[in-house]
Amino acid sequence: MDKAFDAHREQQRLEAQTAYALEQARQLGATACEVGASAQQGMHVSVRLGDVETMELATDQGIGVTVYVGKRKGSASTSNGSEAAIKETVAKAYDIARYTGEDDKAGLAPVELMASDFPDLDLYHPWALEPDQAIEIARRCEAAGTAVEGITNSEGALLSSGTGVSVYGNSHGFLHAEKGTSHSVACRLIAGSGDAMQRDADYTAARSPDDLYSVEEVGRRAAANTLARLAPRNVTTGRYPIIFAPRMAIGLVGNLLGAIAGGALYREASFLCDTLGEKLLPEWLSLYESPRERRGLRSANFDADGVATRNNRFIEQGVLAQYLLSSYSARRLGLATTANAGGARNVRIDAPLSRYQEMIAGIERGVIVTEMMGQGVNAVTGDYSRGASGFWVEQGEIQYPIEGFTVAGNLREMFAQLKAVGDDVDRRGNIHSGSWWVDGMTVAG
Amino acid sequence: MTAHCASSPLVLPTSEELLRYGSELLLTPGELDLDSLDAGLAAAMGPGIDFAELYFQYGSRESWSLEDGVVKSGGFSLDSGVGVRSMAGEKTGFAYASHITPEALRETGRIASRIVRSGQSKVARPAEPRTAQARYGTAAPGGDSGADIKVALLQQADRIARSADPAIVKVSASLGLVHDVVLVRASDGTLAADSRPMIRFNVSVIALRNGRRESGSSGGGGRFSLAELEQRQMVEAIAREAVRVALVNLDAVAAPAGDMPVVLGAGWPGVLLHEAVGHGLEGDFNRKGSSAFAGRLGEKVAAEGVTVVDDATLDEKRGSLSIDDEGTPGQCTTLIENGRLTGYMQDKLNARLMGHALTGNGRRESYAHLPMPRMTNTYMLGGQHQRDEMIASVRKGLFAVGFSGGQVDITSGKFVFAASEAYLIENGKLGAPVKGATIIGSGPEAMGRISMIGDDLELDNGVGICGKQGQSVPVGVGQPSLKLDNITVGGTQS
Repeated sequence: MDKAFDAHREQQRLEAQTAYALEQARQLGATACEVGASAQQGMHVSVRLGDVETMELATDQGIGVTVYVGKRKGSASTSNGSEAAIKETVAKAYDIARYTGEDDKAGLAPVELMASDFPDLDLYHPWALEPDQAIEIARRCEAAGTAVEGITNSEGALLSSGTGVSVYGNSHGFLHAEKGTSHSVACRLIAGSGDAMQRDADYTAARSPDDLYSVEEVGRRAAANTLARLAPRNVTTGRYPIIFAPRMAIGLVGNLLGAIAGGALYREASFLCDTLGEKLLPEWLSLYESPRERRGLRSANFDADGVATRNNRFIEQGVLAQYLLSSYSARRLGLATTANAGGARNVRIDAPLSRYQEMIAGIERGVIVTEMMGQGVNAVTGDYSRGASGFWVEQGEIQYPIEGFTVAGNLREMFAQLKAVGDDVDRRGNIHSGSWWVDGMTVAG
Repeated sequence: MTAHCASSPLVLPTSEELLRYGSELLLTPGELDLDSLDAGLAAAMGPGIDFAELYFQYGSRESWSLEDGVVKSGGFSLDSGVGVRSMAGEKTGFAYASHITPEALRETGRIASRIVRSGQSKVARPAEPRTAQARYGTAAPGGDSGADIKVALLQQADRIARSADPAIVKVSASLGLVHDVVLVRASDGTLAADSRPMIRFNVSVIALRNGRRESGSSGGGGRFSLAELEQRQMVEAIAREAVRVALVNLDAVAAPAGDMPVVLGAGWPGVLLHEAVGHGLEGDFNRKGSSAFAGRLGEKVAAEGVTVVDDATLDEKRGSLSIDDEGTPGQCTTLIENGRLTGYMQDKLNARLMGHALTGNGRRESYAHLPMPRMTNTYMLGGQHQRDEMIASVRKGLFAVGFSGGQVDITSGKFVFAASEAYLIENGKLGAPVKGATIIGSGPEAMGRISMIGDDLELDNGVGICGKQGQSVPVGVGQPSLKLDNITVGGTQS
């Protein structure tokens, strides 16, 4: 787009705003203060049935302030970057802090934990793309999909390309910026008609346009995924081995990380309260994060508290080795922060991977789950019951698509009954995983 | 309008008053006024553009939350801006800015209108202010209430929940107050404004007994003031309800798995309608042919006696709208009448392309999002049966009264929703509470299996959030008690 987003200038602007807000808080007499400011620009183009459908230029900015007055805290934010608006926002946060109650755990992370080295994580790769080129790429992606025999309709292909800068500063004197880009192309297709329609999708996403998969390949895979779902059958209720496809397995890792996150633990709202040191998964599996991976989707040198990120190992040979803690949740639990304010970054599984085909071949009668729906995960008890669709496996071979069934169990038992992780690793998101083979779940159809 | 829909008894602001208020709040600070919007529209028209629209929004959000008996955090955010879209046939160009100035209008208009670059240049119609009946008051929901009152309400909820039962070990409560003011000017002559208050109060508790830990939560709210929340004694009711649900769950046994009859309670279980039929009746999916309900107007899509409406006109409900986000007055639209599909929900784009009338369902999360057809308050009208009669008619099945949410695949029609409070039915009598039950089915199929409709229509308490294509909007749901003859329940006990 022609109104270019100058990341360097934006960074200077945000740094000045952050410093200004910190200074305002100091002048008001705040005990401590932290400020986050960000600006993004993105282009989103969608094409449907060969024609451009929407073209959007998204420009966002915001600044958020948390002020501590003694042991009390108040927060405020605004999308207006003017000095007057920032001053008003700081005053509002300060005002709120007069009414909140004392919390002796409130405050900034310890000054000695602030990040002090800032290696280049290679996150900034703008895509010099004119709107017409973006439309053409989306069109090629969709066309590759709709050209496949059996595809009857399309929900379109979407290209997004964005650049963002974020700044975090606090009254320890910490003030640092990170800038990065993200690009993606996605395609959603429909096959069949009337009561027999199915839809599915595929996508590619990366920090650099060079790392995106071929968009034609994305279109063709979306078509293959969609066609594979046609003429689904039902499943007979029973207990079967389940293969959770990579995207579903990634969801299970997400459930695990959510349950060992400080906020859930100190609220006693987790089925993994007080399980540090316990064996949760098979001993052949470890789970770690790699927050400073170059070009990593969630890479960062510091967390949302300004604390230097580090390579945490959450699960070590099946044992819960470490929780995910921010400085606040750590204080609540009487522990030290793990630099996970804002979550886990670039989560990886360390385990011997089984050949996907061999996993399937090893199943007498079972279910592959490729999609799940609904919110049937109880974080407090670990009870798990979700709507699903996928494929029926018999005698080691995929037989036909299935839908309209549920898979149910308890996450703690599901983790314990993990039998294998596949080599079909999905590397597009924050968590990377292959398929998971889990035994002992109930399927209702 | 249809005979199902009631008219408003409240005395509320007029459309002129709202327009003046919106103009002063949104336009005056940037040295704009209603007349100067014509220049902004002209920038967004350009060659080949057949419709352009300016959407101004001021949004303030205030939240307070309590944990461990202490109100530990409070927050306030302000976000205002303008979203400009230019349309040509099925094409939409869109840009937005978080500052409302003449320059921002020119720049966003220029970018949006580039979606096409050739064709006839049209001129916007002169402004014709729209008249609509207001469905809620204009004031910010916090009104003149000080922070101390908000803090006191949270502490009251904490006290009530803690003293209700010794098993309650953790209580958290939150209060959210939202005030949105919007103003729309479009090239079809539309000029309208709205001021939308929204309040929401939530309580979650954790109960612990004999080493077993369970949770319960409840909430409520709508488009009314904090004073009204107090007057309706909602804080006490919400706190007690959260405790009750947690205590029920402490005794819950594993849910059954398999096909069985299910009786759904009145009110919030209407989320079933929202998922099973609501989304499938949104205009965009039907225009594109991606909904299981596409092309089925006039056909029988539900059992005899089933009538479903989408009703933005209810006073002060969470999903109510005096005007939608395109300036169209909120309406009550009959979607299914006595089992037959009678209408879709539309925004301007899809109504125009399908040749249908507007229904006031054009909604957007904010100025930074494009509008699309969305639900408001969606509910099924009451029937003749008693709830007890439904339960008595089931030999072995499930009675579900609470749900934590649902989801639908509008293309295959498959929907799923997870029960947060449910009971076994054995030989016509209520049995033990069950945990972890998920209900799954296909929308058209489930609608055909409704065999009894209760006489106890209820709307939910005002907690619904609907997500579609990354955009969240507040909605209401409702229904009378219902009996579904046969549906799949996913539990662990096969």
